[in-house]
Parts: sequence; structure tokens; C-alpha cells
Amino acid sequence: MTSMRRRLLILVAAVLVLAGVATGVVLHAAARADRANRPQAGGPAVGAGKLTLDQTKRLAFVNGAAGPHRTAVAAVPSDDPKAKRVASDLKCVRFYAAAGTGVCLQSTTGVLKQSNRALLLDANLRTRRTFALAGTPSRARVSPSGRLAAWTVFVSGESYSSAFFSTRTSILDTRTMKLVPSLESFSIVKDGQPYKAADVNFWGVTFARDDDTFYATLNTANKTYLVRGSLAQRKVTTLIENVECPSLSPDETRVAFKKRILSRTDLWHEYVLDLKTLKETALAERHSVDDQATWLENHTVAYALPTQGKVGTSDLWSVPADGTGTPRLLIPGASSPAPL
Amino acid sequence: MYLTDRSAPAHAGTDQERRRGPGRKVAPVVLVLGTVSLITDISSEMVTAVLPLYLVTTLGFSPLGFGTLDGVYNGVSALVQLTGGHLADRIRNHKLLAGLGYGLSALCKPLLLLASSIGTLGAVLALDRTGKGLRTAPRDAMISLSTPTGKQGRAFGVHRAMDTTGAMLGPLAAFLILRTAVDGYDAVFGVSACVAVLGVLVLVLFVPGRERGAGRRGAGQAGEPSASGDARAAATATDSDSAQDDAAASDETQAAPGAKQPVRVREALALLRIPRLRALAGCAALLGLTTVSDAFVYLLLQRRAGIAEEWFPLLPLGTAVVFLLLAVPVGALADRIGRRTVFLAGHAVLLTAYALLLWAPDTPALPCLVLALHGVFYAATDGVLPAALAAVVPGHLRASGLAIVGTSQALARFCCSLAFGAAWTMWGDGPALAGSAIGLLCCAAVAGVVLRPADSTR
Repeated sequence: MTSMRRRLLILVAAVLVLAGVATGVVLHAAARADRANRPQAGGPAVGAGKLTLDQTKRLAFVNGAAGPHRTAVAAVPSDDPKAKRVASDLKCVRFYAAAGTGVCLQSTTGVLKQSNRALLLDANLRTRRTFALAGTPSRARVSPSGRLAAWTVFVSGESYSSAFFSTRTSILDTRTMKLVPSLESFSIVKDGQPYKAADVNFWGVTFARDDDTFYATLNTANKTYLVRGSLAQRKVTTLIENVECPSLSPDETRVAFKKRILSRTDLWHEYVLDLKTLKETALAERHSVDDQATWLENHTVAYALPTQGKVGTSDLWSVPADGTGTPRLLIPGASSPAPL
Repeated sequence: MYLTDRSAPAHAGTDQERRRGPGRKVAPVVLVLGTVSLITDISSEMVTAVLPLYLVTTLGFSPLGFGTLDGVYNGVSALVQLTGGHLADRIRNHKLLAGLGYGLSALCKPLLLLASSIGTLGAVLALDRTGKGLRTAPRDAMISLSTPTGKQGRAFGVHRAMDTTGAMLGPLAAFLILRTAVDGYDAVFGVSACVAVLGVLVLVLFVPGRERGAGRRGAGQAGEPSASGDARAAATATDSDSAQDDAAASDETQAAPGAKQPVRVREALALLRIPRLRALAGCAALLGLTTVSDAFVYLLLQRRAGIAEEWFPLLPLGTAVVFLLLAVPVGALADRIGRRTVFLAGHAVLLTAYALLLWAPDTPALPCLVLALHGVFYAATDGVLPAALAAVVPGHLRASGLAIVGTSQALARFCCSLAFGAAWTMWGDGPALAGSAIGLLCCAAVAGVVLRPADSTR
């Protein structure tokens, strides 16, 4: 009996200690999350202001700098990216905009799962329509005319099953509001042959000016392909292998993409592909790029890289699109670049 | 010696005791082990619930291909289970092996924070699965050995219900933390580690650890649970209207060599010469080969019933709720009308669920019905299979026997998910499921025949 009492005492003591440690850990994390929402000395200047998507010569992005405007959509003048950031009150995980149409992917933590949604935005960043998402936001794009929008999310079975961890890519026609919930319903022509498989995944759509042609990544049987697709024909055709997250240049002659440099690793190098000659040019960035790059104009691409020594934040960099030069830090503490 | 043996009716007063109502009671050690599982499952499901998010949002991984790794881990875990079961019998210390397994998994939780590449993360997860594999068989053996044969179904039902409760509380806790601390994945892992340590501590403090062999030598000591204990338990069970296969237990336990000699691999392998065990392991594997993995069932259901994808993560909850509510009553039912019947009926229920997925009209009731049937299937099989083993495997080899059956079932299910994935790729979801359903029907018929003779020999 005494031994039972001793054991119960040990248990109570242990529960107290463990509860203390657990509370400490949570409070520490909560304090850190709180700190991230307070401006830090030496951080970039950010101020609330009016931001519209029909402005020109602006670079919009998701602000990652510590402070009340963290994760808000913000903008700086294209020719002066160090200027004070004008932040809206719209918060996104991933964002893109073109010609007065914006897409904002959001995540909120629910009771038993994460809730994700896509917002279709008008030029004043007002929500025109909301779409529930099946998973964690990954990529977003709007066609140059602003008519089409696309997004990719990561879908998983979460707690009970891990047999599924796939991507889901949707395309929305903002004029008719017709949504293609998953590109996987499109027919595939691979190496000149019709192709069908259950393990098909698409991600990283980029649009051409005709509001029909798009490029994207297709993954099947452990290989990735660059595909060219037609929305009207509901069809995609493979072009070349080992291309992920394509981004079409404004003149539509080239595609910037990330190329896996070693199979089965998460290491990529950013390249530019000439669509006529299919010649690949490695860009000067030496770090592994895991982002869908954005063309600032016909000669420069921008992309996010994780901030050195910090988890969970990224910086925007730019590099010449012809393989020359050196990468330049464009905007520290930012992601999802979208030139307006 | 296990606490429970003290409460296990082992004398003339048994029948009275049972009629007075302790029939509803399970051994304290089962409750303790259930508590340990509940706590540990909170801890591990906290991590699994947020791990994909953590990978994508914080580590920035593209998680494609991570699923394949997971399949491999499950295979490894099944093989480790075999080792854990055998070692536990060999050193005659189930508590030590189970404790090592729980401890190893607890150790992995803080290590997750240090893992920042897919390689290290893979290693930590593999270690976690090793812990899970190690502890399963010794833990089930402790439940099995502490419970009279006639109450095995209820005991395992209680354990599985507690286990599932933990699995449901885990994600709740994790998302509560994430709402308190934005991006607080480290806090989730930290709290998960604390919870896991608590689980290990409850095991260390409250699961009696004296081994069975020692109890036997100290003749006359209270609660001797080994061979003769089993025989007594079997005897008490036989006079109830319960499982018909109890006679086999006393036969086996008498045939088994005294537990003084250490258990050798050869002896554990000789288990396979027990026809009844062979039949059970074979049937478990056969049925496992046609049991479509949960993930596929939910995916098929989601497609079939047109459930919006954002609700997909909640589908397993439906199964879990039904499983948790029915585990105890169905386990008790198995004790009363026979485990074979309930085990086979469980597969018939699963077959009905497949049929609904294939042919039922698309009504709003369909998802509820399929999830309920899926939960019933778990309630009728998950704890009932190990419960059936108690009467078949001698006490000193119980963990090995449980591991043999558990491993063959797990490996078969692993093969099934590979095959099902391939079939889905080639023929599409409908034909793949139809194929599994036909397979399940055949396997269940075979199992029904194979499992019957042993019962009727009696």
C-alpha cells in the first residue's frame, strides 16, 4: 500500500513537472508568435495604406517582415523596392495578381484540421468569391489578362493515412466563374501517346496571353514533365522531362522553372528554357530554389529563398534570366512576388 | 505476475463472483495498459496530425513521395513486431520490452525538432515506428495473459476503445496548440514529448513487472499467471457458455514445456506447428490481402459520395467514433458467441461496405452508413483476433504468437495496398474495389472453412 502511495506521489509529481514543461513550451511558442507580430528594430518600414491591383509600376508581395502587417499583401514601387511598404489589410499565405484580378490563398487553424480557402479578389482587394481548398496552399497564378486564375494545394489524408500526399490544381475562369476543380480530369498526351494513370499530379500553372494556353508540371510514375495545355480542349501535352513550377516570360518565348538536380532529394536549380529550341540555361542562383519564379520583365526573374538562419521566413531575390550576373536581394522578408 | 490474476477468478467461488457482476469487470492491468495507450496515442496523433503541415509550411518540403516512404515504414514496423514479441518471451519480461518501445517513441518526439532534412526526418520517423513495432506484441501479451480466456474479447475491446479515444484526442490537442501559438509546431512536438513521457511513466509505475517465471518458482504466491494459470482461466471459461476453443488452451498449456528454460527461436517457430495458430495466422493474412487500406476506403467514399475535399481529413473520425463505441460490446459479444463468428461477421460487414461503395445509390446516408460499417469492421476484428489467440498459444510464448499473427496480417495489408494502388492505376477505382470485394468474399469463405474444423474437433 505504501508502495502504491509512493507510486501515486511520483505520478503526481511527474504530471506537475510535465504539465509545467508543456505549458512553458506552448507559452514560449505563443510569445514568439506574438513577437512576430510586433515590429522589430532595423526591420523594413511598413505602413497601412491603400493598395489596388490596377496600379502600375508596383511590385506586390506577401509581407513577411515582423510587425502587425506580417502576412499582409503589400507593395513597393518597382524601381525602388527598398521604399516604405504599403500594406493592405488582406492576409494571405500565397498571393498573385495581374490586370486587376488577384488570388489570395489563406489558411486558418480549426478545431480538428486546418481550413484553407482561395479568395478571388477585385482590383480593390475585395473578395469576389471564396473557394474551399482541399489542402495546404502552395502556388497561385493569374493570367496576364486577369481572366483566368489557378491555384495548387497539397492534399494529404492527414492523421490516419499517409498513403495519399498529392497535389490538387484548379483553374478558374473569372468571367464565367466556371471552375475546373482538378486538372487531373484533363486528357493527357505523353510522348505522343494518350496516357492514363491514377498517380497523376499537376502543379504550378502559368498562363499565356490568349487565355487558353497554359503550362504546368505533370508528375506521374516518379517523373515530372513540362506540359502545355489548352483549357478549351481540356487537354495537356508533355514537352520535356524534369521541369517543375514553370513560369512563362512576358514575351512567351521562354519558361523559367526549377529542375531537380538529384533525384529523390529536395534540391532544385533554377533554369530558363527556350520554348523554340528547348535549350536550357542555368541561372546564376546557387541556392536551391523551391518556388514558382515570377518574371519582373523579359530579362529578370524573381523568386523566394528561405532567409538564412531563420525558419519560416523568406526573402525575395532576382537574377538575370540569361544565366549571367549574380542574384540580387530584392525585398527581404517577403514572398509571392507579383509585378503590377 | 500480473495484478489482474489476483482478481481473476481461480477458485470455487468463481461462478458466484461472475454472477454477481464482475463479468463486467476487466483486469486492472488492462485498464492501466489502456491508459498508457490512450496517453501515447494522444502524443503520437498530435504529431501525425500536423506533420504534413509542418513539412510544407515550415520546412518547405514538397511532400510528394513521402507517402511511399510511409508504406515502407509500415512494413519495417511489422517485422520489428516479430522481434519484439519474441524477445519479450525470451527474456520473460513483457513490461521491459513494451517500456523500451514506448520509450523509444517518446524519445523521437523532441528529435523531430532537430530533423530539418528529409533524411534525418525519415530516420526519426523510422525510429518511432520501430518503437511502435517493439511494444505492440508484448503489450497485447500482457493484456492476454492477465485475462481469463472467456473474457479476452472484452479486455481487448476495452483496450482498443481507450486507444482510439487517445487517437481522437491527439489532433484536437495539436490544433488547440496551433491556435494558441501560430506556427507553434515546436510546441506541438514538445507537448507531445511530455505526454509520451507520461505514458511511459504510467507503464513503469503501474504495470506490475515481475515476470511469470519467477512467480512460478515461488510456489504458492498469489496470482500465478503462467501455464497453470491459463489452464485455470480456461477451465473457468469453459463452464461459461463462451468460446468453444477453450479446450485447446488447456491442452496446449499442458503440452508446453515448463517456463524455466529460456524461450529459444526454435521453440517460437515450433508455434507454427500448432494447427490452430497456423489457421488463424493464415486466415488473418488471407483476409488482410483483400482488406483495402483505410486511406483508399476514405478516398473511394469521398469520390463516390461527392464529399467536398476539405472534409476529407474528418472521414476517419467517423470510423473511429463507431470503433470506440462498439469495441467493448462487440468484444464481449465475441466472448459469448465465439470469436470466429464475430471475426468473420466483421469481414462480412466490410464486404457490405465495399458493396455499398460500388453499387449503392448516392444518398446523403451513404457516407454515414459506410463509415459506420467500417467502424463495426474494426470493432469486430481489431481486438477479437488477439483475443482468439489466448486459447491457442501457451502463456510463455504468448507475445511471439501474437506477433506472428499481427505481422502476417500487417504484411498482407501492406501488400494489399501496393496491389490496390497498382490496380487503381491500371483499371480505375471501381474495378479495383470490385476485385478486392470478390477477393474478400473468397478469402472469407476459405477462412470460414479453415477456422471451423478446429472448433468442431472439440
